[in-house]
Amino acid sequence: MGKVHIEIDGQKLEAEVGSMIIEVADKADIYIPRFCYHKKLSVAANCRMCMVDVANLPKAVPACATPVAEGMVIDTRSQKAINAQKAVMEFLLINHPLDCPVCDQGGECELQDLSVGYGDDVSRFTEGKRVVKDKDIGPLIATDMTRCIHCTRCVRFGQEIVGIREFGATGRGEHMEIGTYIEETVESEVSANIIDLCPVGALTAKPSQFKARAWELRQAPSIAAHDCLGSNIFVHHRRGEIIRVVPRENESINEVWLSDRDRFSYQGLTEGARLLNPRIKRNGEWEDCDWQTALNLVASEMKRIIGASNGNDFGILMGNNATTEESYLAQRMLRKAGSNNIDFRTRRRDYTGDGRGSVRSGMNFPMENLDTMDATLLIGADLRHEQPLTALRVRKSTGYGKAMAINPFDGEYNFRLSNELQPKSNMLAQEFACVLAAADALRPESLNAEAKEWLDGIEFNDEHKEIAQNLIDGEASCILMGVYVQEHPQAETINWLAETLASVTDSDWGYMTQGCNAAGNKIAGAVPCQSAAGGKSEQGKTAKEMLTEGLKGYMLVNCEPDVESIWAEQALQNLKDAEFVVALTSFADGRVPDYANVMLPIAGCYETSGTYINVEGKWQSFAAAVKAPGEARPGWKVLRVLANLLDLSGFEYESSLQVINELREKFDAVGDVRVARKVPPPMMVVNEQETNRECLGLYMVDPLVRRAGALQKTPKASTHPISISRVKTR
Amino acid sequence: MTDFNYDQTLHLKNLLSPDAIAEIDGWIKKYPPERKRPPIIAALKVVQEHNGNYLTEELMQAVAEYLDVPHIAVYEVATFYSMFHLNEVGKHVISVCNNISCSLRGADKVIEHLQNRLNIKVGETTDDGVYTIKTVECMAACGGAPMLEVDKVYHENLTEEKIDQILSDIAAVELNSKEMSNVEAKD
Amino acid sequence: MANEVCFRTLHLDTPWSIDAYESVGGYSSLKKIAAGELCYDTIIDELKLSALRGRGGAGFPTGLKWSFMPRNMPGQKYVVCNSDEGEPGTFKDRDILRYNPHQLIEGMIIAGYVMNATVGYNYMRGEFYEPFARMEAAIAEAKERNYLGDNILGMDFNFELHNHLGAGAYICGEETALIESIEGKKGQPRFKPPFPANYGVFGRPTNVNNTESYASVPAILQHGGQWFLKLGKPNNGGTKIFSVSGHVNNPGNFEINMGTPFKDLLELAGGVLGGKQLKAVIPGGSSSPVLPADIMMDLTMDYDSIGKAGSMLGSGAVMVLDENTCMVEVAAITAHFYYEESCGQCSPCREGTGWMSRVIHRILKGDGRAEDLDNLDRVAGNIMGRTICALGDAAAMPVQGFLKHFRHEFEYMIEHKRSMVKG
Ligand SMILES: Cc1cc2nc3c(=O)[nH]c(=O)nc-3n(C[C@H](O)[C@H](O)[C@H](O)COP(=O)(O)O)c2cc1C
Ligand code: SF4
Ligand code: FES
Repeated sequence: MGKVHIEIDGQKLEAEVGSMIIEVADKADIYIPRFCYHKKLSVAANCRMCMVDVANLPKAVPACATPVAEGMVIDTRSQKAINAQKAVMEFLLINHPLDCPVCDQGGECELQDLSVGYGDDVSRFTEGKRVVKDKDIGPLIATDMTRCIHCTRCVRFGQEIVGIREFGATGRGEHMEIGTYIEETVESEVSANIIDLCPVGALTAKPSQFKARAWELRQAPSIAAHDCLGSNIFVHHRRGEIIRVVPRENESINEVWLSDRDRFSYQGLTEGARLLNPRIKRNGEWEDCDWQTALNLVASEMKRIIGASNGNDFGILMGNNATTEESYLAQRMLRKAGSNNIDFRTRRRDYTGDGRGSVRSGMNFPMENLDTMDATLLIGADLRHEQPLTALRVRKSTGYGKAMAINPFDGEYNFRLSNELQPKSNMLAQEFACVLAAADALRPESLNAEAKEWLDGIEFNDEHKEIAQNLIDGEASCILMGVYVQEHPQAETINWLAETLASVTDSDWGYMTQGCNAAGNKIAGAVPCQSAAGGKSEQGKTAKEMLTEGLKGYMLVNCEPDVESIWAEQALQNLKDAEFVVALTSFADGRVPDYANVMLPIAGCYETSGTYINVEGKWQSFAAAVKAPGEARPGWKVLRVLANLLDLSGFEYESSLQVINELREKFDAVGDVRVARKVPPPMMVVNEQETNRECLGLYMVDPLVRRAGALQKTPKASTHPISISRVKTR
Repeated sequence: MTDFNYDQTLHLKNLLSPDAIAEIDGWIKKYPPERKRPPIIAALKVVQEHNGNYLTEELMQAVAEYLDVPHIAVYEVATFYSMFHLNEVGKHVISVCNNISCSLRGADKVIEHLQNRLNIKVGETTDDGVYTIKTVECMAACGGAPMLEVDKVYHENLTEEKIDQILSDIAAVELNSKEMSNVEAKD
Repeated sequence: MANEVCFRTLHLDTPWSIDAYESVGGYSSLKKIAAGELCYDTIIDELKLSALRGRGGAGFPTGLKWSFMPRNMPGQKYVVCNSDEGEPGTFKDRDILRYNPHQLIEGMIIAGYVMNATVGYNYMRGEFYEPFARMEAAIAEAKERNYLGDNILGMDFNFELHNHLGAGAYICGEETALIESIEGKKGQPRFKPPFPANYGVFGRPTNVNNTESYASVPAILQHGGQWFLKLGKPNNGGTKIFSVSGHVNNPGNFEINMGTPFKDLLELAGGVLGGKQLKAVIPGGSSSPVLPADIMMDLTMDYDSIGKAGSMLGSGAVMVLDENTCMVEVAAITAHFYYEESCGQCSPCREGTGWMSRVIHRILKGDGRAEDLDNLDRVAGNIMGRTICALGDAAAMPVQGFLKHFRHEFEYMIEHKRSMVKG
């Protein structure tokens, strides 16, 4: 792209050809007022607030829709510009209720801010104001459409970013109203972003309604904890209470967006029944006790069971949003105490890949690149419900590139698929193998003899060939495996196929993992096959073995296997039958109290410091935003003290930072080593019954989300994306 | 587009006669096949005509599903264009122009006469559901002002006698169709 | 001379039939093209020479507009006719569609040929059922004679023409709103640039002209640009249809030479109704500022003359107002119309049209205040030039026009709470 030279308010600037005046001004920190313009959305130029004065043009022009040209001289504050801006401000205010004192947007309203500078003190409008009937569009978003200034950002968001048109502008002229079809509830998994986009108080967060004024809030940066992206957020709180969670801009991860799950999960912290004291069950009755008593009991029971079984009969299960520090300490403690039974993968059937592959699991390329892929192949990936923001990126790429899917279910996509295969659930690997066979036929010199032999006899059709060809043709292409693959009995085979296909077709590949910290948990060593940073370990028991075969003693760290694991029923029975179960948990409700013997209150999300490592391998540390209630303590501290009580040495950490630094050093010393697979895994024949029928629902993935009230009231909470009825078993 | 996973093209077919569906399909053919929205306006007009001059939620939704477009896309159109009625109206909607030229030539008298004859006000429907009076903006017949449109026909240079004639013609049609349906009912 | 261009079949029995049209030389221009006697360059040259200016309102030179179409760009291009005819006072396109549909069809085919476009849409306003039927029948006739369809008259040129109906929205007359409407959306104008010639229907290059503009083309090519130019005056070529309505004895459409004195047009229309005095004229549709009788009686009917007097020839809709007309009432009707028809997209128009309409209606009700008139003028000025499409200007200009020439009637009404003329 060429450059042009322009001048704004006397400042000489260089700008890309084709960029709009407002973009150039924004980059130079020259503020031009605007309502409809948003850098992530198409230009609507409908508010007319951004009028500026361009030399030699008779009339003021909208900065958001006027492209720069060589030699352009722009004045944003001349009398001509100000007159135009003031006029628009006056128009916008005539039908806007001046109810700032009771409006949730008060204090952070773009209209309010600007009206201070532009609005005339005495309104010359003396006619009646427009009133718009309010609409109920679901539990997440509160509407007050009388305040709407018709900037249509919300409409464009749905249409352009999400690809699902839920909002529209109905009626015409002054009767135009923004809303859904009759009062349909908004359903998309990223719907609440319109709250941030709305420049006025027309769309606000329902769960935060009337809770606080913007200026009373304090904000703490943090990391969202419900998918493997690790979206950057701000936690807004007042006097220790979280009022809301909003996105913190990070172009390479979440851009300016946030999934509804990440935004509203915080509610679970107060809506779930919090465990405020350590508790011990005596004669079937729960009794509060002090930390010392509880921890002593846990230490002695652990020693007893581990000692008696040579480590075999005790195990630790880590939950989906356990921090890396917690996982690291838990595995170190357990291994030092004499057991290797630790795992976080309570939804994995196939562990044959353990010990191979990379230290962490995830993507081998930056997430941002998804935006510009020429070809993206999804395998068992339901992006909209697993990593909602990833779906938005893939959607962007489909503006010019192709998206393809081999999903054994009737997926919901917000982008067009060029190719879609829907194998039976137990034939996923077989179907996928056909694509590799096709790729091999197209590029016969790429595969080694073993792989070729493996592929021998596998037939492919035109569709498989087209998929392979698209991957080959794409200058940038990738293969993304989803959560469904991880839960599949042929996970390792599919994994091998993906990596191999990626190498044959020169594509990137990625494993979109479950939970927010699969990479962190693995690097921390919370797996039975390797210790921290890929260090050696004797093989311990996998989550599947622990939950289906039963142990005498369990430690659960922010984990509810009776809901979360694939073997929920067996897990529940085995936990009930165990001699001793200690749960480190934030909640006193659910079924944990039925089977635990000791419950230790730990800090929940945003109440503890920690680190999540996202699917691309980014380490993101955060501090606690608010204090945990009652006697609850950060999980890492509890584990540290417990290690002391177990008389283990080397647990003198004073802060979570020390913990993570120790792990970081170890990891940096070895790097993300990959243990290559020499021979392909066997192509197992899988019985239909053994395959996945149901993934965890969008709002079921971890203890916090399950307790978040507003999310649970959305339509997405009840209609699960991959339910039995939708999985192909044809 | 896979944006919407509707497979409910059948629904509209259950609500409309095959003729009406054929009419909609005729409109669809005028536009490039990969474009789904262009026939929305025409489809809504056909549907409205076959549903006693007004649209219902069910019909709008069925149109959206038949054309495979978002519900809101249809709703936006239905609320934007003034020829669509989202509330029940009479079988014969009498649209009287009251823009400049017609006003200069006595549109107010036309409206008054109609109101008196039908005993309703502008915007209302007679109790028997036969007539609605509505005022509209200029219909491009100012040379024949004052004018009105009813049942797709323009009536220009209106006088009280002409208006009476129009009303009695409609009444005759109504009577006829009643008798027809009586006959059918007897069969 | 009258009825020489678009209305040249009007004297015949069934003027809309293909035979009637052919009998006056219809389709001879297309045949010339097929015979290789007219090529792209000569057509553009003739049109430029003819000084045909867009009949939809803006008066943009048609030949120039056609030359902007990227005819050699690969891919689909569209020819669109604007038969929305929504500007109050205008009723000429309806008569072209009803009485001489083939001339429009031939004009559009020629446009398709010039622009390398194979598909055309004729967008008619939603209420045009009768013209629609005529157009459908005419298209069928033209197809039968191979003027439309594939390999037209043996040429390597195909052209398909579709009639499209709107559903009641004045704004769909604005060319980009019309394009949105063809695409099945609300008629909300697009921001320009890009102009339709680059980004039109379905994002493809599109030429939009008014019905009368297209229908003038076959006659121009038949008789030559020079002939057409001479019918009118320099820079204002040809004849033009004037729709005369309001207080005249013989309202109707009159196709007369550009530059004809208004006096003569008024006479053609039978003079002021009932022999009353002429008070004022709205010379180019309701968006053109009103002009008092004394100014009007000295003007000729062409773009330049009316423009110099501070109004517009617009669509050629001449609304005649007699001495008993209350200007506040007319202003109120006008303001209400633009308020009703604003698409609602951009703030100044959405909010400003309602404001103006409410104030004028309040004055009309006898609740006017002294400061209202300055405020009206200011609000109109604040809309002007600050909107996405020209509807904002169309709403503001007449209000300012009424205030400029008839402010005393408004002041009288505010003060006495009754009309100055009606009592
Ligand atoms: C609000 C508005 C309404 C318009 N309505 C019409 C119309 O009804 N018919 C028409 O031909 N042009 C109308 N126009 C003008 C068109 O935008 C466009 O300029 C015209 O169709 C171009 O054709 P022409 O060059 O042949 O005049 C309107 C413009 C505006 C701003
Ligand atoms: S609701 Fe908000 S975002 Fe949507 S148009 Fe209104 S002001 Fe804009
Ligand atoms: S920001 Fe430019 S018009 Fe709204």
